Amino acid sequence: MARLIELTLNGRRRIDAVPDNLLLLDYLREQAGLTGTKTGCDGGECGACTVLIDDLPRLACLTLAAAVSGRRIDTIEALGKAGALSAVQRGFHEKLGSQCGYCTPGFIMACAGLLRRNPQPSVEEIRAALGSNICRCTGYVKIIEAVEFASDLLAQGGTAP
Amino acid sequence: MNEIAPLHPIGGYVPLLDGPEKVSGRAKYTADVIEPDALVGRIYRSPYAHAEILDVDTSQAEKLPGVKAVLTGADCARTFGVLPIARTEHPLARGKVRYKGEPVAAVAAIDAATAERAIRLIRMRVRELPGYFTARAALAADAIALHDKKPGNIERDVNFELGNVEAGFAEADLVRAATYNCAEVCQNQMEMHAAVARYDAVRDRICVHASTQVPYYVHLMLAQILDMDMSKIRVLKPFVGGGFGCRTECLNVELITALLARKTGGAVRTVISREETFITHRGRPETDIHLKIGLRQDGRITAVDCECVQRGGAHSGYGVVTILYAGSMLYAIYDLNNVRYAGRRVLTNTPPCGAFRGHGTVDVRFAFESLLDQMAGELGLDPMAVRRANYLTAPTFTANDLMVNSYGLPDCVDWVERESGWRTRKGRLAKGKGLGFACSHYISGASKPVNWTGEPHATVKLKLDFDGSIVVLTGAADIGQGSSTVLVQAVAEVLGLDIARVRILTGDSDVVPKDNGSYSSRVTFIVGNAAIDAANKLKALLLAAAARRLEAEPGDIECLGELYRAGAQDKGLSFEEVVGEALKDSGTITVTGTYSTIPESHGGKKYRGAAIGGTMGYSYSAQVVEVSVDEETGQVTVDKVWVAHDCGRALNRLSVEGQVQGSVWMGMGQAMSEEARYHDGLLVTANMLDYRVPTIRDSPPIAVGIVESNDPHGPFGAKEAGEGSLAAFLPALTNAIADATRVRFNDLPVTPDRVFAAIERRARQAELDGNGKRRAGGA
Repeated sequence: MARLIELTLNGRRRIDAVPDNLLLLDYLREQAGLTGTKTGCDGGECGACTVLIDDLPRLACLTLAAAVSGRRIDTIEALGKAGALSAVQRGFHEKLGSQCGYCTPGFIMACAGLLRRNPQPSVEEIRAALGSNICRCTGYVKIIEAVEFASDLLAQGGTAP
Repeated sequence: MNEIAPLHPIGGYVPLLDGPEKVSGRAKYTADVIEPDALVGRIYRSPYAHAEILDVDTSQAEKLPGVKAVLTGADCARTFGVLPIARTEHPLARGKVRYKGEPVAAVAAIDAATAERAIRLIRMRVRELPGYFTARAALAADAIALHDKKPGNIERDVNFELGNVEAGFAEADLVRAATYNCAEVCQNQMEMHAAVARYDAVRDRICVHASTQVPYYVHLMLAQILDMDMSKIRVLKPFVGGGFGCRTECLNVELITALLARKTGGAVRTVISREETFITHRGRPETDIHLKIGLRQDGRITAVDCECVQRGGAHSGYGVVTILYAGSMLYAIYDLNNVRYAGRRVLTNTPPCGAFRGHGTVDVRFAFESLLDQMAGELGLDPMAVRRANYLTAPTFTANDLMVNSYGLPDCVDWVERESGWRTRKGRLAKGKGLGFACSHYISGASKPVNWTGEPHATVKLKLDFDGSIVVLTGAADIGQGSSTVLVQAVAEVLGLDIARVRILTGDSDVVPKDNGSYSSRVTFIVGNAAIDAANKLKALLLAAAARRLEAEPGDIECLGELYRAGAQDKGLSFEEVVGEALKDSGTITVTGTYSTIPESHGGKKYRGAAIGGTMGYSYSAQVVEVSVDEETGQVTVDKVWVAHDCGRALNRLSVEGQVQGSVWMGMGQAMSEEARYHDGLLVTANMLDYRVPTIRDSPPIAVGIVESNDPHGPFGAKEAGEGSLAAFLPALTNAIADATRVRFNDLPVTPDRVFAAIERRARQAELDGNGKRRAGGA
């Protein structure tokens, strides 16, 4: 069975017909064409598909598309204004919080969620917020530096996380 | 005065040039190539670990509406494999299956649901054979051979003795032997394997997107398996989500997808699951090591005797090379004269192992540095003093003919000693805390490529055109390690230009020169030198053009990057003016740079396979690890790591730091939590919850010291930075735990249950010893 969903995806209103069993992850990647959100595991293990649902980080692989009707979804493609990188994106780029880049969209969305509710997190709060995202390249050292850098940019009046 | 001067992009902190794509979601990986007409590929995998195939019945699957192609082993009789001497794998099994999960059949259908339903309709009839899941079981006298040509299930025995080992032991003040076991580990790179293939039936051509470290090897194997002319194949390497060695050979998913595409006459996209990615494997084999070392009271190592058995899995893969590295790389870190090595690579009914980061060196280094630490303690020597007593003096050749031209290990040891406060803190930490130390090393590219063709080891082209931009064309595969960035830096450095003038194009076999790929840490050294050669040739053309316009000799022209002039009084020509002049000769300029390793670096001939281990430059690493051990729970926490890495010269300090931290951390995963476990040959840890990699909450701060020994052959003096620091973490950790608990862990991973059990044993033993002493005292 399919149903119609109406949602705000990256600031744009959309109406789509989706099968009842379609994952939000597959809806984003294959139906909406937003492949920035990544599939890294067989369900709920790695955090690569983290998106913001009404500003809260959620795993798109454990969410049904049919369940997000009426909600506001933000993916990695929504960040940054007029082509400029957001504070978190700059942090991951300039501080090498991203090597192969595959986990990066999930990490960045989890960080964006963190910084929207807590713009000046401690290292322990950063660790807690990113505890369910796995990165295989960095050892996380530069990811923590990236988030701290983004937090500093925000404190200096930088663009939204 | 605003003086124009050449820019020096080398040596700074340079964010990756493809970073903006990665942080914005615009980077396209193979699975992101979603084309509306592509069919969905799925693989039927063997539920048997070892069996003769009697029949694979696909008739029901073929009848299912929406199924466009079904393939079995009957469709492809050809074999593949990365080593020309060991091409034993069929893309889809024929005759036999040799591990649970081996591909047997494949389906292309209009959507995922149909493809998965078709897979469930496939039936396989077999005659089951005994499964051998450990090296010992596969080596049993009555074991059936997995491969007819490998009796006894021995893939390869390696034996050598250089020097006189028994005489060496006789000379020692202390001789100790110990046994070590390192669990099998998996790369678990974040991007699951995927391939997208499109067959052009009109022209009989095929184009394959592959998530690979080695597009050229994929190209070769596609030609081999499809029985197609290589000129009809195009391989595209999009962004790759990590490799760590599991993608240093062509994988079955790429070949199966291509076979499906040809059979359907169109496009097929196969994205395999995380579980299937684990089963495709190519990880580090379970390794059993028996090691004996002789040590003198002055710290000199007098002899080494090492036995090493690797459980290689069901196919050869890189196996022969892995077991050779494990022996040859005993050398080139310390001055060893008397060494015996007996390596044995065993075929077992488990998924095939491969060339995991630190290929072949890691587990033996763990054993070596552990035993050395233990023996230093017994002789009352400082572990760092023992290393210092055995340093090499570069330039030199080792006893097995490995060429060592630069040797920054002493500076690495000094750095971690100083930064960790070793002298003042070692042995003086609070109860339950400990410090451990160890060293490791790695090659900067194998000096002899896997496929010996007689061509240069690397070729880089530069294109310069009317717009004044330089494009680097290279087949080197950036898999996140930053190779594209470093090659652009190298070219810009030679020409004195800002890196913004230089772009790079890679990953398309139609356009870029062939490259052997990203493995054995070869790209910076070997491709980097080819890039420098190309840039020098381009510079010569530009100098000649400037000389012509300025009516001077080329030797009198000064290149300041954006300005070329004939002496300090000349107002000179802008870069654009020089380019315009240069183009008058030939139109668009392309130059070709090459690099080949020198014969002296090719290793020796003292035993069969002695070339393995040969490289133009070895990196060195020293580490100190600080731990806290909770004796109530067995939980070990790594509080901090200090690591110094000799990368010759840091071309991009940001990348070097990131690579070294990533290596250390990957070593931490292997040492503390990662383990591939099997039940009757079924990989039961094929997900990221049961195969536990450290999260950000488990991961320590890692302070990196960069040591620059300036290798005489390295590009601007550089050597590798992405692998050599992995191995030292393992023994540094267990040495730290021994410091904290007085218990030595010779088996990895050191999980909390193992720590808890060992501490319990220690307590019981202490009690028994106490009772014994009391009884003895009373008698």
